[in-house]
Amino acid sequence: MIDNIVDITLLSLIAIHAIAIIRMRSLFAVVMLFGGFSFLSAGLFVVMDAADVAFTEAAVGAGISTVLMLATLALTYTPEEADKEEKAPTHKPWLPLGVVFITGALLIYGTYNLPGFGDPNAPSQLHVAPYYLGKSLSETGVPNVVTAVLASYRGFDTLGEVTVIFTAGIAVLLIIGGRRRVKPNIEKNGGDHEA
Amino acid sequence: MKHNLILRVVSKFLIPLIILFALYVQFHGDFGPGGGFQAGVIFSAAIILYGLVFGVDKAKRVITPYILRLLASLGVLIYAGTGVATILLGGNFLQYGVLASSQLAGQHVGILVIELGVGITVMSVMLIIFFTFAERGQAVLNSKAESERE
Amino acid sequence: MDMILGHYNYWMVIIIMMAGFYTVISRGNLVKKIVGLNIFQVSVFLLYISIGNVKGGATPIIETGVDLYSNPLPHVLILTAIVVGVATTALGLALVVRIKEAYGTIEEDDIHNQDQSL
Repeated sequence: MIDNIVDITLLSLIAIHAIAIIRMRSLFAVVMLFGGFSFLSAGLFVVMDAADVAFTEAAVGAGISTVLMLATLALTYTPEEADKEEKAPTHKPWLPLGVVFITGALLIYGTYNLPGFGDPNAPSQLHVAPYYLGKSLSETGVPNVVTAVLASYRGFDTLGEVTVIFTAGIAVLLIIGGRRRVKPNIEKNGGDHEA
Repeated sequence: MKHNLILRVVSKFLIPLIILFALYVQFHGDFGPGGGFQAGVIFSAAIILYGLVFGVDKAKRVITPYILRLLASLGVLIYAGTGVATILLGGNFLQYGVLASSQLAGQHVGILVIELGVGITVMSVMLIIFFTFAERGQAVLNSKAESERE
Repeated sequence: MDMILGHYNYWMVIIIMMAGFYTVISRGNLVKKIVGLNIFQVSVFLLYISIGNVKGGATPIIETGVDLYSNPLPHVLILTAIVVGVATTALGLALVVRIKEAYGTIEEDDIHNQDQSL
C-alpha cells in the first residue's frame, strides 16, 4: 500500500514537472526543472526496485545532461540577453494539441489490455526473466543479475552500446571540436549563410 | 568563480570522495548495484565539478584532452579485445569461461575486464563532450574580444 | 479500484510522454525541443521499468532468503539506454550550438525566414 502511495505521488510530481516545463518560457528555469524531473524519476526507479537504473538516471539525467544544457545556453545566448526567454509561439496551439490528444487517447485505449502494474503473472515475467534469476548465480557467480545479464548474457549488445557512446563522442568533437573560424559580422547582421 | 570560498572548500573535500565512490561502484558492481556505466558517469562528474569550480583549464591539466581521446578508444579496445582473446583461447566471441581455469572464475575475470572497458569509455566520452562545449565557449569569448579590438 | 491502481502508471507515463511530444512539435526553440525529447525518453524508461516491476519483489540482486525479484531484463535495457541517451542529447546540443553560430538564432521560425524555406 505504502509503495502505491509513494508511486502515485512521485508520478504525479513528475507529470507536474513535465507540464510546468511546457508552460515555462525562461530557458534557465526549463533546464533546472528538467534536473528536478530527472531526480524525481530516479526516486521512482528506486521505488520500482530498479536500483541500478536509478543510480544511472541520477548521475546522468540530473548531473551531466543538466550541465550540458546549461553549457549550451551559455553558448547560445550572450550575457546581455540574460533573461534567456524563448520567443512566444507564433502559431495557434490547436493543431499540435489535437495531435497530442488523439495520440494520447489511442495509447490509453491500448493500455486496457495490458496486465496490471506489478502483476507477477504478466507475460513479461514468465518468459526469460525466470531463467536469468534462477541460473545467473550458478552460471556466472555474480549476485547482481543486472550486471550478469549486461556483461555476460548480453555482452555483445553492450559492446554495441559502448560503440554508440564512443561514436557520439567523436561526432561531438567533429561538430564543435575544431578551431572556430572568426566571423565578426555574426553579431551585426544576425546571420551568415556560408558558415 | 574566484570568490566562492565555501564552494571551493566543500568541493575540495567532496571530489576525492566522489572519485573513491566511483571506483567502489566500478569494482563492486558484481555484488551491489553499479557497474561500468554508472562508475564512468560518476567519475566524470567529479572532474566536471572540479572544472566548474576551479576553471576548465585546471581540469584539463588533470586529464588532458589528448589522453582522454586515447582513453575513449582504449575502453572500446579492451572490450572488443576481450572478445578476440576468448576466440584465440578457443571459445566463442565474449565466452568468458575460457579466460581462466574454471567457468565461474573465467566469468568473473571477463565481467570485471569488460566493465572496466565500459567505465573508461563512458568516463572519457562524457569528459570529452564537456571539455568540447567549454572550449567552444572560450573560443566564442576570444573571437568576440578580437573583433572588438579590430 | 484494481483497474485504477493497476493502470495508473501507464496512464501517467502516457501523459508525460504526450507532454514531451507536445513540447517537441509546438515549441520553436531548439533547446526546449531537446528538453522535450528528453522528457519523452524518460517516459519510455518509466514504462519499461513499470512493466518489469513485480509486486512485493526485491531489487534483482540474488540473496539467500529472498525468492521474489523484479524482472532484471528491462533494467538492463534501460540502463544502457540512459547512457546512450545522454550521448545523443550531447550530439543534439552540439548541433544547436553550430546552428546558433551559422544563423545567429536558435528559434525555428527565424531560421526558416533566413532560409526562405517556409
